[in-house]
Amino acid sequence: MEEQKRISLVTSLQKPSSNLRRRRRLGESIIQGLLFFSGFVSIFTTIGIVYELGKEALLFFQMPEVSILESLTNTQWQPHTGNFGVWPLVTATLMTTLIAMAIAIPLGLAVAIYLSEYATPRARNTLKPILEVLAGIPTIVYGYFALMFMTPLLRSILGRDVVEIYNTASAGLVMGILILPLITSMTEDALSAVPRSLREAAYGVGGTRLEVALQIVLPAALSGIAAAIIIGISRAIGETMIVAVAAGAGPKFTLNPFQGAETITGHIVRISGGDLSYDSIDYNSIFALGLLLFFITLTLNIISQRIVRRFREVYE
Amino acid sequence: MKEKLVNPNYNVNINGRRRNGSIWRWVLQLSTVVGIIALITLLLNIINGAFGYAVLEARVDPATLAVDGVPLEEQSKEQLMSVLQSNISSAAFKKLESDQPFAERSRANVYQLVIERIVKYDIKASWQLWDSLTRANEIKATAAQEYPSAQLRFISWFTSDFVSRPQSSEALTAGVRTAILGSLWTILFTILLAFPLGVGAAIYLEEYATDNSLNRLIQTNINNLAGVPSIVYGILGLAIFVRALEALTSGEIFGVVDPTTANGRTVLAAGLTLGLLVLPIIIINAQEAIRAVPQSLRKASYGLGATKWQTVWSHVLPNALSGILTGTILAISRAIGETAPLVVVGASTAISFDPSSPFSKFTTLPIQIYQWTSRPQDEFRALAAASILVLLVVLLSLNASAVLLRNRFSRKY
Amino acid sequence: METTKYLKSLLTPKGKKQESAVMAQSLQSQENTKYVLETKGLGIYYGDFQAVTSVNMPIKRHKITAIIGPSGCGKSTLLRAFNRMNELSPGTRIEGEVLFEGENLYDPTVDPVEVRYRIGMVFQKPNPFPKSVYENIAWGARIHGFKGNMDELVESCLLQAALWDEVKDKLKQSGLALSGGQQQRLCIARALAVQPEVILMDEPASALDPIATLKIEELMQELKKNYTIVIVTHNMQQAARASDYTAMMMLTDRQTRSGTVIEYDDTRVIFTNPKDKRTEDYVTGRFG
Repeated sequence: MEEQKRISLVTSLQKPSSNLRRRRRLGESIIQGLLFFSGFVSIFTTIGIVYELGKEALLFFQMPEVSILESLTNTQWQPHTGNFGVWPLVTATLMTTLIAMAIAIPLGLAVAIYLSEYATPRARNTLKPILEVLAGIPTIVYGYFALMFMTPLLRSILGRDVVEIYNTASAGLVMGILILPLITSMTEDALSAVPRSLREAAYGVGGTRLEVALQIVLPAALSGIAAAIIIGISRAIGETMIVAVAAGAGPKFTLNPFQGAETITGHIVRISGGDLSYDSIDYNSIFALGLLLFFITLTLNIISQRIVRRFREVYE
Repeated sequence: MKEKLVNPNYNVNINGRRRNGSIWRWVLQLSTVVGIIALITLLLNIINGAFGYAVLEARVDPATLAVDGVPLEEQSKEQLMSVLQSNISSAAFKKLESDQPFAERSRANVYQLVIERIVKYDIKASWQLWDSLTRANEIKATAAQEYPSAQLRFISWFTSDFVSRPQSSEALTAGVRTAILGSLWTILFTILLAFPLGVGAAIYLEEYATDNSLNRLIQTNINNLAGVPSIVYGILGLAIFVRALEALTSGEIFGVVDPTTANGRTVLAAGLTLGLLVLPIIIINAQEAIRAVPQSLRKASYGLGATKWQTVWSHVLPNALSGILTGTILAISRAIGETAPLVVVGASTAISFDPSSPFSKFTTLPIQIYQWTSRPQDEFRALAAASILVLLVVLLSLNASAVLLRNRFSRKY
Repeated sequence: METTKYLKSLLTPKGKKQESAVMAQSLQSQENTKYVLETKGLGIYYGDFQAVTSVNMPIKRHKITAIIGPSGCGKSTLLRAFNRMNELSPGTRIEGEVLFEGENLYDPTVDPVEVRYRIGMVFQKPNPFPKSVYENIAWGARIHGFKGNMDELVESCLLQAALWDEVKDKLKQSGLALSGGQQQRLCIARALAVQPEVILMDEPASALDPIATLKIEELMQELKKNYTIVIVTHNMQQAARASDYTAMMMLTDRQTRSGTVIEYDDTRVIFTNPKDKRTEDYVTGRFG
């Protein structure tokens, strides 16, 4: 009886009469608007970058002493004497990038192949955190390492008169160590995306582990690896502190990696570290260089993403 | 196994191929080892730089500053103040008073001033840890020979004092307190900006956005922004936060600062710049965390008649929280270590007072490291090494707490 | 000198003997061994889990042997034990023996690469390499040091796989561009390229349409003239149609989930007059 009463108590509770019409929920709309705004902020950032950098860069190119043609043909960058050739900065950037990739690509690929095809799960679990640590060390620390270890090392191996105290080689080598984990993790992703059935087929025909890894799996993952390398290059081009500390100050057009030179990023940092008055030619040049940097890295990143997308399509 | 009778055309050469495989296996393992060696070398190099012998020569012998037989180290604040007053110009003393009244200064602070201004140790020579340990006798001999009037001391640049002392131009008394506080203030504003916006954007993209071209553009845009070099963010920050919004970032709008010295190169501008930098990181990680919440949970909530926001707030977010927090900690780690954008935004090169408001001038730990590394004298490099150790300890604890957080939260579900 | 000899002994499955002596010995033992393959008390473990228990069955030369049974009873696992493919999953081990021409395949001195060179495999889902049709076939031959005319070899394999007419103008095209049935025949051609003695087929037609399936079955009848074939299939009609001998596998009991061969006989016997009641239930469609 009691139970019956309790049950009927609950079932007799009436819901307030509700029609099924769509209710206007103001709170929901406000929140949705706020959230959309948050999403849109990122667009503001990109627009901001392009607009602000473009605006000042335009001012730079409009200055009477500066002409785009001259920028591309002059090999000296000394704003105060009217020289605005970009080549010293660009060649320095290219040299450090090249040296860095010469280290990061072979080592990065090798580690990735080892982790993906050879390593036991236990080895993988100890090695991956170490790589993550390498990737997480701030670049200024790598800069210190380049100056205080790599440069003395190079000087003792190759001789003090061959290697200057500030040189692009040390910066490039240490940059390679910085980028190595990036290449390894992206390559490893690409290798594991190769389906297991392909490996089985190759083993089934009687391939050794090496033959399967290098002749079947690696070529199948090639575009993923290409994407990784492109991202690595993009990272190297944009890297600042290692070169700021170890590569040298003052733009110099040289192809000798054992001499000091200033990269695009190193130059920007040095100029803004000093006294900078707005609308001076130095100030505007920062924006022009920054814009150049932005477009180069953006293009590389987009190419890389396209490649990865196409690569995924093949295997899914 | 028996040779295959059937076909002499094949030269199976198992041995050769296996041998090849072994050689390559060693090559690959070696490459992996190189990475580990690089890491260890890096750490050892820094530790090497942070400790070592140094030859110190005092311009004024501290023994001569003893008052009533009480040596300098044991004097009280008043005694130290009188020593200070009698040994430096009155103009300099007045300036110290105006920077920060002596009544407010601590004894330690006054002692440091005495050492800095009067005793003035000069570092004549210094050595790194490895040399100090292995060639101790040789060093002692050299010191005795070339600097007879100076003392040889083993200095640990990395001590607890180092963390609590403010910046100074004298290597021996310099500390990173100013820089650490600057970093903390900056990160505060970074998170205030990036966390709500980042999580909001992630919620929008994962829960609300339909698959149209605008939303796809937003997503691609975020992915691209994650790959933009950090110095470009610095330049952007310079143009927008430091210059265009100078009234806001310098505090002029709020009328709390002295208009003659105020400019946009403040902690606030730095924090906002880094906020934009880490925004894509927070968004991408939060998206992944939200995506990992099982669809069945949402369906259960909708099934009861909950609105979208109610579902998100009460069910999706709590479930995704550990992933979101992990992403945030990753973002903080990244922001703490950033140097280039802040140099461009205008970190101060020589400040020694702690930041006290969003509109203070600032310096951060990585910038301090950069500045000290760029000085030619060896002792500043040693300071840089010690600061790097501080930075690494901070990052290590951050990442350890991220791992702990992840484990603690994921156990619940 | 000593170190190189020691290293060589580690790498060589068995020391190289005089060729003529080996030839004579092989001819002798081929006459002695009735069966190409034979299992003796074979048990297969994944870690602690025993997937296959105590199998004793022969595989006869130049015949098609089918392994049938309900899903999950270990047919594929048993098949893969014949060419040591189970080893690709970590933690697997066997007990008992698998004899190939009288020699134990699992002897520690035997190299699995060599095993797979002589016992080939075709998989359930066609898995050609993302290379050209030509390369798919040539790769296997090349890594085993093929010295003859590669073009002829490729043509020969494609003819044997009844694929030559369809692809002879498309040899440089990607193998992935072929239809499902063609891809599977390409995989068969690929297996033939190293001239194995046995071909293992793991449900080769299950991913194909009926017409392609029929082509595969016709192919098998042709191939058995030169090769020995072992096929796993869950399609009973296929087993009845195409095989000479059939092995019936089932779980030993529901608890252990471990499979074993409960009956092995001539195909006609299995399907018309099986000795075990469980076999009869299965082939008449009462379950499974």
